[in-house]
Amino acid sequence: MGKYLGMEVSFAAAEAVKLCNVDVVAAYPITPQTHIVERLSQFVADGELDAEFVPVESEHSALSLCVGSQAAGARSFTCTSSQGLALMSEIVYIVPALRLPIVMILANRSLSGPLSIWNDHSDVMSVRDCGWIQLFVENGQEVFDHVIIAYKIAENHNVLLPVMINMDGFILSHMFEPIKLMEQEDVDAYLPPYQPKFVLHPDKPVTMGAYAMPALFTEAKKAQEEALLASYPHILQAWKSWEKVSGRSYHPVETFCSEDAETLFITMGSLGETAGEAVRVLRGQGKKVGLLKLRLWRPFPFHDFYKAIGNAQRLIVLDRAVSYGGPGGPVAGEIRSALYNMENRPQVINFVAGLGGREVSVESFLEMFISSVEGKASGYQLFGVRG
Amino acid sequence: MRNINAYVVKTLSSREYIAPGHRACAGCGEVLAMRQVQKALGRNVIVASATGCMEIVSSPFPFSSWEVPWIHVAFENAAAVAGGIEAALKVLQRKGKIEGKKIFVAAMAGDGGTADIGLQALSGALERGHNFLFICYDNEAYMNTGVQRSSSTPFGASTMTSPVGSAQIGQLTWKKNMMAIAAAHGIPYLATASPSYPMDLSEKVVKAAKTEGPAYVHVLSVCPSGWGIPSDTTVKFGRLAVETGFFPLYEIEEGKYRITVDVEELLPLEMYLKPQGRFRHLKPELIEQISRRVRAEWRELKRKAEEQKEIEERE
Repeated sequence: MGKYLGMEVSFAAAEAVKLCNVDVVAAYPITPQTHIVERLSQFVADGELDAEFVPVESEHSALSLCVGSQAAGARSFTCTSSQGLALMSEIVYIVPALRLPIVMILANRSLSGPLSIWNDHSDVMSVRDCGWIQLFVENGQEVFDHVIIAYKIAENHNVLLPVMINMDGFILSHMFEPIKLMEQEDVDAYLPPYQPKFVLHPDKPVTMGAYAMPALFTEAKKAQEEALLASYPHILQAWKSWEKVSGRSYHPVETFCSEDAETLFITMGSLGETAGEAVRVLRGQGKKVGLLKLRLWRPFPFHDFYKAIGNAQRLIVLDRAVSYGGPGGPVAGEIRSALYNMENRPQVINFVAGLGGREVSVESFLEMFISSVEGKASGYQLFGVRG
Repeated sequence: MRNINAYVVKTLSSREYIAPGHRACAGCGEVLAMRQVQKALGRNVIVASATGCMEIVSSPFPFSSWEVPWIHVAFENAAAVAGGIEAALKVLQRKGKIEGKKIFVAAMAGDGGTADIGLQALSGALERGHNFLFICYDNEAYMNTGVQRSSSTPFGASTMTSPVGSAQIGQLTWKKNMMAIAAAHGIPYLATASPSYPMDLSEKVVKAAKTEGPAYVHVLSVCPSGWGIPSDTTVKFGRLAVETGFFPLYEIEEGKYRITVDVEELLPLEMYLKPQGRFRHLKPELIEQISRRVRAEWRELKRKAEEQKEIEERE
C-alpha cells in the first residue's frame, strides 16, 4: 500500500502536495513552515512536480496570488505561520466568500509580541471566524494524509470551501517521523483533477468579487454559513473514502479511554499524544480519566462532541492561546457554549498551556488533573507561570 | 496638437466590453479610459481589479458591467491576483488542461492601489516577470472614498487630507514618479496614456498587452468630481495636461524613451491649473514654482528621447 519512510514531517507534507499534482504554489518564507515550501521548490526545480512555484514578496501576496490562480482553475497551495497568517488575514476572510477551494497548511506558531518562532495556537485562533474548514492534526502521518483529504473535501462541488490544516510548528514540522507515503495511482484514484464550478476564462465571462449593499450582504453571509455547515457530511465521507484507500480512519472527535471516564482532557493538535500518555498513567493509578481530541474545529462538530463526552463530569480543556480580558481560552469558551443548554452539564476547567513553545509534558497533565480534582483549579488559569 | 478637431477615433473597435449602467460620475475620465482600454484588449482577457472607483462603479452585486472575466479581491493586491491568474493559465496550458490560446492578463488599479497600498504587490509582480499588463488609472487622489490625498496627488492640490488652509498650501509633496519606479524594475514596456488621446492610448495598451513579460501603463484619469471642473470638460483637461507638459505622453520600450505625443511649445501651466477647484487657491509664485519643475522634467524627458533618436539614427 505504499512506502514507509522516516522523514521530516515538513518533507512529508511537501510529498503529499506533490502527490496532489498541484498546479500553483505561492508562498513566503516564515519559520517554521519554510521547509515545506523549500522542498516543493526543489521538486519543481527537479521536474518532479509540474507546477508554477511563485516566490512571492509577502504572505499577503501569497494568498492573493492563490486566489487568482484558483479562480482561473488551478489547484493552488500555500502555507504559512503566525505573522504570515496575520498579514494575509485580510484575504483569508475573502477566500471562502469567493468559494475557492484553496488548501493551506498552517504550521502553528505564536503571534507576536513578543516575537516567538515557537508553537502555540494563537495564530489559528486569530482567524477562528474566517469561514474556512479548519482541521487539526496530531502527527506526521496525519499531516501527510490530510493534505490529500483536504483537496478532496475542498474541491467537492457540494463544498467549494478552502481548508486550513493546523500542524504544530516545530513539534510536528521539524520532527522526523515514520510516514507511510501513498502511491501516485492510489492518490489519483482518491483525488481526481480539479474541476472548477466557476472559472475565469474568456469563453464564459464571470464577475467574481462584486461588492454587496446592505440589502444583500446578510444573505451572502447566510449562504456562506450554510455552505460551511453543509460541508460536514462531505468531510466525513472524504475520511471514509480515505480509510478504504489507506486503512487509516479519522473522525471529527477522537476519544481515548473515554467510555467510563469521569474526567476528560480535551486537546487539539500534537498535545493529544502527550495527554494520551498522561491518561495511561492515571488509569494505571485507577483514575477514571479519558481524552477527547478535537480534530474538526470548523464546522464545530457539536453532535460528535456531545456523544464523546458521555457522562463525564469534568472537562479539563487545554487552550494554547489567550483571549485577553475574556472568559478564558477560545476552545474552552466554545466548549462552554456548546454545553450551555445541557442539563447536568460537566464542569469546565480551562488551562492555557504551551504558549510560545513552552513544553507541556505528561507531568504537566498530571498536575492539571490533580489541581482540578482537588478543586485548586477552576474556571480559567495560565498553566506553569514561573515565579 | 492644437488642431483637436482633426482627431478621428473611428478606427477603435465598436464593440463595448464595459456595459452601460455603471455608477460612475457624469464626465468620469477614468471610466472613459477603462472603456477605451477594454476595446484595445478585446475579449480574450482576464482582468483583476483593485478596490477603487472602477471596481465599485462596475460591480454592485447583482449587477456587473464586465463583459470579460473579472475578479476583485482587495485593495492592494491587483498585481498579485493577476500574477496568480497568469501562473494558472501558464501551467494549465502547459499541462494541456485548457486550450493554449492567447489570453491577456490585466491588473487594474487606481493611483492608491498602485503607488501607495498597491506598491509592494506591483513591485513583486514586476520583479518576478509575470506576463501581464498593469494599468494604473490615476485620478490623483483616493476619489472613491471622497478625495483624500495619495502619493500621486500633485504638489499644491487641495484634498480632504491635504487641505488648503491658512497654514498650508495643500499637498506638500511632489507626485510620486511611478514610471521611474516601474522602469527601475527593468520591464520591457511601459507608457503613459490619456483617454483624451484614444488612438495613442489604444496603441500603447495593445503594445503592452502583447509584450512578453510585465508591462505598465499609467493613465491620467481626469476626475471632474474630485478636481472641481465641469463634468463636460474632461477631455479638454486631459489635453491641457499634455499640452502644458504636466502629463507628457511617452513610452519606454526596452529602456528606450520615446515621446508619442510631442508638444512643440508648452502652453502656460496656469491654463491647466487655475480653472481646477483643487488648484484655485494657488498663488502666482507657487504656480511659477510648479511650472519650473514641470518644464525641467519635460526638458529632461525630451533629452532622453532625443538621445534615443540620435542613437537610432547612428545605427
